Amino acid sequence: MRPAPIYHAFRQALVEAWAGGAGLLLPVGFFGGTAILVPFSLGDSSALLATAGPGVLWLALALSSLVTLERVFQADLQDGALDLWVQEDHLISLIAAVKILAHFLVSGLPLVLLTPLVGMMFQIPAETTVTAMAVYGLGGVSFFLWGGVAAALSASVARAGLLIAVIALPFYLPTMIFGSLAIQENGAGTSDLFLLASTLFALGVAPPFMGAALRLAAD
Amino acid sequence: MKILVEATQLASMRGEQILFTNLDISVGGGEIVLLRGRNGSGKTTLLRQLAGLSQPQAGRLQRFGAQHWIGHNHGLKAHETPRLHLQHWANVWGCSCDIDAILQRLNLQRPADVPSRLLSAGQKRRTAIARLLIEDRPVWLLDEPFNALDTQGRDLLHNLIATHVSAGGAVIAALHGETAMSATREISL
Repeated sequence: MRPAPIYHAFRQALVEAWAGGAGLLLPVGFFGGTAILVPFSLGDSSALLATAGPGVLWLALALSSLVTLERVFQADLQDGALDLWVQEDHLISLIAAVKILAHFLVSGLPLVLLTPLVGMMFQIPAETTVTAMAVYGLGGVSFFLWGGVAAALSASVARAGLLIAVIALPFYLPTMIFGSLAIQENGAGTSDLFLLASTLFALGVAPPFMGAALRLAAD
Repeated sequence: MKILVEATQLASMRGEQILFTNLDISVGGGEIVLLRGRNGSGKTTLLRQLAGLSQPQAGRLQRFGAQHWIGHNHGLKAHETPRLHLQHWANVWGCSCDIDAILQRLNLQRPADVPSRLLSAGQKRRTAIARLLIEDRPVWLLDEPFNALDTQGRDLLHNLIATHVSAGGAVIAALHGETAMSATREISL
């Protein structure tokens, strides 16, 4: 199998996600909005903010992944690009996986990099910030992959946003739980390993799911 | 004559409706096969099955040799220009062909660098047709390929098809209405 199709699918998805404009700004606005509003709604107790902050941002990351994924495969189905990819025998799961990774790079990774800045709103201590960034980066991949499965399953549905949330949220839970625990333990426990395991599981299982769902969508 | 697509006892349903049953098709090199029928008679469905994009409800389908597919939607991304689109698929298929020459053959030099959301329907169709020239594949599956093309575009496509068939390729096209085209065989659905 040649690597060229995979690489060029990745490049095309990067350019597409970037050219979408809102694809980048929407989740960043979502994340930033949460960070600005939550301190006002929780009150000014810095102890409370520092405790709640990492968890609130973790939640914001999970939800913002849902916001971006609605159009990923729907656009491919509507403009006919999906037909061309399905014709490339047996590659569709890998193509889908690299498309999701491209979207993670464009709209997930900026959130991770924004964490130190946003963390100041919550007065999160520096050592927690580093752990939180690692967790967000690792867990974000898993969120986007499960969200991608839901997006592929609902590619032919007109207003897919709700459906994507309903399908994907149960799959978010293990990552959600292990991620929160890993931030609380701050390197002292084993939850970070479980988080890693859940992300690796998603990397292995989500692509074939996406491939099968996309073949059905094209049918 | 080398057989390129062979279907036996093909049947298809859309929802509750049976579109066709017991359909036998065998297409070899050098043939042009036209699918004719009224709207909704299953031309596109059959063509998608021959392309391997959807599964027939019954029957056996064998495909020998690579295929080019041109459907209603052209596969252009909103941000892509004709040049980027052709370059992208040339990269994916691993062909090092002269994109400029292909653009010129389809008279696409002027809109070559315009994003596809600003192109006319005919220009998008020409871009899709240009994909046929990137890689030499024996079977062309064309779904109403003359839609949106002007007279010059129609002549161009007729010529491309004639050249392809005389070089041993096969063309299976769905056409509606009375669109004129010389063919080896017509299948009415």
